[in-house]
Amino acid sequence: MTTEHLDLESWTCPVPLRDSPTVLLGHGAGGRLSADLVEHLFVPSFGGDASALADAAVVDAGGARVAMSTDSFVVRPRWFPGGNIGALAVNGTVNDLAMVGATPLYLTTGFIVEEGLEVDELGRIASALGAAAALAGVRVVAGDTKVVDRGHGDGVYINTAGIGVVPDGVEIGPTRARPGDAVLVSGPIGMHGIAVLSVRDGLEFGTEIRSDCQPVTSLVSGMLSAGVDVHVLRDPTRGGVAAALNEIAASSKVGVQITERDVPVPDDVRAACGFLGLDPMVVANEGKVVAFVAESDAERALQAMRADPRGAGATRIGTVTDDHPGVVVARTGIGGTRVVDLPLGEQLPRIC
Amino acid sequence: MKYLDEFHDPDLAKRLLDEIHATVTQPWAMMEVCGGQTHTIIRNGIDQLLPDGVEMIHGPGCPVCVTPLEVIDRALAIAAEPDVIFCSFGDMIRVPGSEKDLFRIKSEGGDIRVVYSPLDAVQIARDNPDKQVVFFGIGFETTAPANAMTVYLAKKEGLTNFSMLVSHVLVPPAISTIMESPTCRVQAFLAAGHVCAVMGMRQYVPLVEQYHVPIVVTGFEPLDVLEGIRRTLVQLESGAAELDNAYPRAVTMDGNLPAQRMVLDVFDTTDRAWRGIGTIPASGWRLSDRYADFDAEARFDVADIRTEESPLCRSGEVLQGLIKPHECSAFGTSCTPRNPLGAPMVSSEGACAAYYAFRRLDAPVGAGAGGTT
Amino acid sequence: MCLGVPGKVEQIWDVEGTRMANVDFGGIRKEVCLAYVPEVEVGDYTVVHVGFAITKLDEESALETLRLFSQIGALEEEFGTPFTQ
Repeated sequence: MTTEHLDLESWTCPVPLRDSPTVLLGHGAGGRLSADLVEHLFVPSFGGDASALADAAVVDAGGARVAMSTDSFVVRPRWFPGGNIGALAVNGTVNDLAMVGATPLYLTTGFIVEEGLEVDELGRIASALGAAAALAGVRVVAGDTKVVDRGHGDGVYINTAGIGVVPDGVEIGPTRARPGDAVLVSGPIGMHGIAVLSVRDGLEFGTEIRSDCQPVTSLVSGMLSAGVDVHVLRDPTRGGVAAALNEIAASSKVGVQITERDVPVPDDVRAACGFLGLDPMVVANEGKVVAFVAESDAERALQAMRADPRGAGATRIGTVTDDHPGVVVARTGIGGTRVVDLPLGEQLPRIC
Repeated sequence: MKYLDEFHDPDLAKRLLDEIHATVTQPWAMMEVCGGQTHTIIRNGIDQLLPDGVEMIHGPGCPVCVTPLEVIDRALAIAAEPDVIFCSFGDMIRVPGSEKDLFRIKSEGGDIRVVYSPLDAVQIARDNPDKQVVFFGIGFETTAPANAMTVYLAKKEGLTNFSMLVSHVLVPPAISTIMESPTCRVQAFLAAGHVCAVMGMRQYVPLVEQYHVPIVVTGFEPLDVLEGIRRTLVQLESGAAELDNAYPRAVTMDGNLPAQRMVLDVFDTTDRAWRGIGTIPASGWRLSDRYADFDAEARFDVADIRTEESPLCRSGEVLQGLIKPHECSAFGTSCTPRNPLGAPMVSSEGACAAYYAFRRLDAPVGAGAGGTT
Repeated sequence: MCLGVPGKVEQIWDVEGTRMANVDFGGIRKEVCLAYVPEVEVGDYTVVHVGFAITKLDEESALETLRLFSQIGALEEEFGTPFTQ
């Protein structure tokens, strides 16, 4: 047998979705299984092009460049250190719009409420949602509520859809990374995912870690105002920084090299990950940006982010290369290398 | 984290690597028994940083990987029953049985819960008196004391809705089996640090004497693994074959006596089939007769489930260190983490998954022999 | 296998004859069963696996091990360059 360089395309099963006739939890986890569902089931049905999927779509609406995005929120438990499902519902969609350089303007929200949910709690969620919208500078202009039978809704599910306007001259999208680009992250990673796990049944542990749930619009507009040539933006939610980097590497057909020691992980997040056997790179974030910018603008971009309290701790973690297109490689703490893969599905704590 | 972070220090790692390079004058092949050590090696790129002739053979030290296929099938049968809450460590959720895995059972309506500790499963039993709660008690000797104490406490409390599906495996018999294999290339072992923290080092003395191989008890952080490798190489280069402790902060000759007493009370030794290897006599633990009431196999009448393994899956040869994961024709093609044929591709500690997830860019792809890393 | 992590014992209490403790792992706190480590007291470090302490961590030994690592190759540094790949 000849030795050949790895061809990633050939490594996964060519027959889509033969894994499971029923939808698995992993299909929603933001990793390879989710990508499969989108690429092989949804996009073909909607007549779209799977290769250019971004956080938000930029469409021409009567001459204006409008960004649109939608997201649904099913987080459990609904209340966790540093956040709740209501705030998440706003910031998740606001951030998706910001990732294509849009100024988020309006949101709609749909609630699917399970019969029996305490009205008090629904009120608190709505309040939190409203407060988050005000903080993010967006208005909720339309909504819908449905109630489903007890046992069919896990308390409450929320969907938000948002629109924003993309300024002229701004072209940010997942296919735009170029060799030589600097890879930046706006701050420490892993906080949201660990905060939620810490209050989940069967795994509870005591911690000061709070979700980083926040809007990152100002970080994006800060960079754009400073004249930074921003190529790609991604908020590393489900699947973490690992998923974000892999998706961009694949969309732009470039390689990404990062240095593990430069990836900012708070000590207590690292401890929690060590304790549960998780890789911080795959843990979800809800208030961070991964940015690919022109190399010459790297310093300027970092300064712009650090000037904003939401971007404290912004730092460079790597570089785009034309080596190993589609693959993300990390230099390890002790000087070796490893491939950072797209996470498979649900991240489960392990004993091994 | 104190007493953890210090053992990742890059400058100390460089010192150890330099010393390893200065020590080696010829090729050597050693086996790290423990899946956690395999994970550390691959994740940190240690195998790339070692001298070319030093080969790490990845051993069957992943309890997830070696849990027999029929035990997985029994677990799936129990988990699919109505009014059962099936609790497991995260590691086991994606391990494939003959047709499905626990994740699939969950999507079909089974109540499957990931827990951090077996005690969490007991709490679930207390909170759900109208359900039967079953805990999947797998693992090496490290995990056995936890599972033993859990059954002991459940019995003491008189819980009637809790039981355990036990499938423990033991390290020393595996080492013997590997050394007895006619194709064995292993010249030394890195013994599993936490297994030895529980059982002590004493069990390894007869192995050193019988097979005349160095056995170095090794920890799990990068510096620990490098030091274990270094000490092993020093022995190999000098022709020595001794039992050595490179993890003295956690391991003693006697081990943890209270833990040993408990496991001897709660468990009995039994022959155990290791997935991909075959039956190794006296290599497992099952619940003793005193605790038979808590045996899920009996309570759910699944002891008769017997299954054969896929001929395509060469996990046995991988687990015995006879081939590297990428030398298996199914690796990366019909067997991937998403569609695993065997357990080493599923478990995050499995050699195949480690190779896949942290794979080298220049690792050869494809079937057959030839091509070493 | 055997993800065992060192943590510091903060509080100990008894549940019907079984010793339990709050253990701090670098800011993460978890309830741990100390039944197997009767010698461990508040302030000690212990290695924890799936909610059970399996051994006391010998802090002096840990520090000694690190000290030994820092000494490795020290002689070569004085008298010549280490052999590197």
